[in-house]
Amino acid sequence: MADVTQREQSGDGYGDGDGNGNGNGNGNGYSHGDGYGHGDGHGDGDGGLRALAMRPVLRPGRWWAPTVGVLALIVAWGVAAWVVQYHRGLGSAGYNDHAFWAIYIADVVTFIGVSYGGAVVSAILRLTGAEWRAPLTRIAEGTAVVTVLIGGAFIFPHLGRPERILELIYRPNLSSPIFWDFVAVSTYAFASMVFFYLPLIPDLADAADRVTAAGRPRLGRLYRLVSWRWRATPAQRRILSGSVGLVAIMIIPLAVSVHSVLSWAFALTSRPWWHESIWAPYFVVAALYSGIALVIVIVALFRKLYGLQALIGERHFVRLGFILAPFGAAYLYLTLADFLPGGYVGDHGVAAVFSSVLVGRYAIGFWLFVVGGCIAPLLVIAIPRLRHTRQIVAAAVLVDLALWLKRMIMVVAPANYGRISGLFGSYHFTWISVSVTLAGVAAIPLLLLLLFRVVPILSVAEIEELAHAEQQVHIPSPAVIPAPTPVGVNTRRQPSDLLGRPATFDIAPETP
Amino acid sequence: MSASEEPVRFTGIRRAEQNLVTGEDATAGCPSGDAGMPGSGSGCKLSRRSLLGGAAAVGAAAAASAAALEVFGGSAKPAAADTSSTAGSSSSGPAHQWAMVLDLRNCDGCKACTMACQQRHSLWPSQEWIKVYTMTTAAGGTYHMARPCQMCEDPPCLYVCPVGATFRTDEGLVLVDQDACIGCRTCMAACPYEARYFNWGDPKPAAKIPGMPRSPDWPVPQVKDTVGKCVWCADRLPKGELPACVAGCPMGVIYIGDLTTDVAINGLGNVVRLSEFIRDNDGVRFQEEYGTSPRVWYIPGHGQDLNSDSATA
Ligand code: SF4
Ligand code: SF4
Repeated sequence: MADVTQREQSGDGYGDGDGNGNGNGNGNGYSHGDGYGHGDGHGDGDGGLRALAMRPVLRPGRWWAPTVGVLALIVAWGVAAWVVQYHRGLGSAGYNDHAFWAIYIADVVTFIGVSYGGAVVSAILRLTGAEWRAPLTRIAEGTAVVTVLIGGAFIFPHLGRPERILELIYRPNLSSPIFWDFVAVSTYAFASMVFFYLPLIPDLADAADRVTAAGRPRLGRLYRLVSWRWRATPAQRRILSGSVGLVAIMIIPLAVSVHSVLSWAFALTSRPWWHESIWAPYFVVAALYSGIALVIVIVALFRKLYGLQALIGERHFVRLGFILAPFGAAYLYLTLADFLPGGYVGDHGVAAVFSSVLVGRYAIGFWLFVVGGCIAPLLVIAIPRLRHTRQIVAAAVLVDLALWLKRMIMVVAPANYGRISGLFGSYHFTWISVSVTLAGVAAIPLLLLLLFRVVPILSVAEIEELAHAEQQVHIPSPAVIPAPTPVGVNTRRQPSDLLGRPATFDIAPETP
Repeated sequence: MSASEEPVRFTGIRRAEQNLVTGEDATAGCPSGDAGMPGSGSGCKLSRRSLLGGAAAVGAAAAASAAALEVFGGSAKPAAADTSSTAGSSSSGPAHQWAMVLDLRNCDGCKACTMACQQRHSLWPSQEWIKVYTMTTAAGGTYHMARPCQMCEDPPCLYVCPVGATFRTDEGLVLVDQDACIGCRTCMAACPYEARYFNWGDPKPAAKIPGMPRSPDWPVPQVKDTVGKCVWCADRLPKGELPACVAGCPMGVIYIGDLTTDVAINGLGNVVRLSEFIRDNDGVRFQEEYGTSPRVWYIPGHGQDLNSDSATA
């Protein structure tokens, strides 16, 4: 983190010193205004912002290829493990008749859950007009797309006969919650892609010439193709912002439906602890909680990788933390509301499962989740002295790990419980199930690195528009959260992010 | 007894489609929730003719276990039930509505049923399609309870199956098409009786029997990474033969019966009037609170309460 501080302190430009050893790589032509600004009336002064947004596409740095290689190897290893599992049978992933659902369905729920966070953070911030969102939305929406695809892919190792999956289309049973899952997740996945794509149009139109000039003519042609002759005319702008708003509204109930339906795959059976009316909202809140946490983690990661500290500062993390906290509190509350009635009455099966979770064989995992996944993150955000980037990111990592653990327990405990005998079976991890799951984790940064290799990582048009709007109404700078008393390494941090100083780019008045 | 030793007269597969022509499901007029017992209550209309047929069958078949043919009007010979009721019962629905009664008073927990089933269907030892639990009463006594698939009239396993691989025949059998099953195991989650067993690896090899390809009635050999369960030997029933567990039980605990003709028979050749047998002996169904309307009745012994005694595997 020391190098980050160093860089922020210098606060001069984005063309150098990304902390990854390729500091000089960017000192070439395209940061000097090579004509990409035409058509929308902007001058060259915003070259910094554009260079920053396009750097992952044009010059990601020397670390990029090895990192992608390593991540791809992990994913390939996971895929190979899955092939082995397919040949040996699901038992090789640790499954048995008393653990018929386990790790992969927990992975499905976890990955599709975190996707929700990316989509909804972006949607809500758009709908509420939160200006500070601008540098985050692209990363958040990209995360949503990538994670829902990974989560959907976990259906394949989950199924015993994945090659028959098309039966869901040509001979579906409409009364099955699994079929509803299929419909809801596919719809949501499609919507999240649209949500990612729409705000991308102006940026791609804008960047087409730039990538062509930088020696990527085919990418330039692709940009022009998918940006539909965008010329930023007032009519086009009106249509685009209307559509983005509409999709932002639609994606919220869509995502709610996805996580409700996912919970019903469990709650529509008569198993103790699965058969709970609270599970649908419980899943929705869990998805939001873990999803916002993942946005924090991914934003922190890419901020560091691509040197976005000038745009994304501590205040972004603090604000995301403020969004995260109520969901953490709500999840803790729902956990209590979930356990108390069943535990109080002590119905046969429910009592057995609850005691296994609260004081029995799953208790370590459960209390780890409560302390590490709920209480500790809440404290980090509640206590001003702890409320700093690094701690918030660490808390977010904890949230995601703990929520995966929680899902594992929610899946495995009721599946383990023998409903006639009252005895518990057991599930054990195998190298196969662990490899496949880790492949899913590695696939998140891998796919995002690849994604931002083809599209700009920042929503340039949005950042400019918001900064422009600010200038027009003569607001000197957006409200900045009062800086907490800096401690430690943060002491020397300077508020150098662009939103704090909108005049950093020289925005010319718009020409009609 | 292995499948190849049987007097095989496999005449074809009775499927749901086959019985579509016979019209409405007999259970449609029999909301089992209110009656809870076949042939009792106003909701379940057994025609007088089929009752008579059943009565004739009781008389004709009391001799030997082979008489199962006559009891259910098997396809090989014209049964007493069929000859005495010329029109047959087909006018009121499918020819049969299969049911089971387990007389727990005679069960000594020897698991012969489990073994007979596993041998016939080439199952691994862990795949106990009919599983014998040891029950402990409130007073501390123990007894045994065998659990086959309950062939629920409202089968949760069927409702949750995303691709309709689990289906129910007109005669009340819930079966799995393992060549369609995608292996999602939602049915295992949904079944309150834990009657479903997955093939987590390669199934136990089975000798191929000419003329008996795998089908939902005859799911042998099992299919890797799909779900299997007790089928009440659906391939035997239309031929009037007893399921393996029924034939294999040395104590005559398990009766296979037909709600349409209201008769049931066990492996010792005892033939009973199904509804009377259940009513007179205080028969109960297992875990009725799930609303599954099982087709299996249990006759517990004195002081035994199936639904509150604790079980061990
Ligand atoms: S495991 Fe097979 S039979 Fe069971 S619900 Fe899934 S597809 Fe249907
Ligand atoms: S006992 Fe289980 S498997 Fe059999 S029909 Fe009922 S729910 Fe389905």
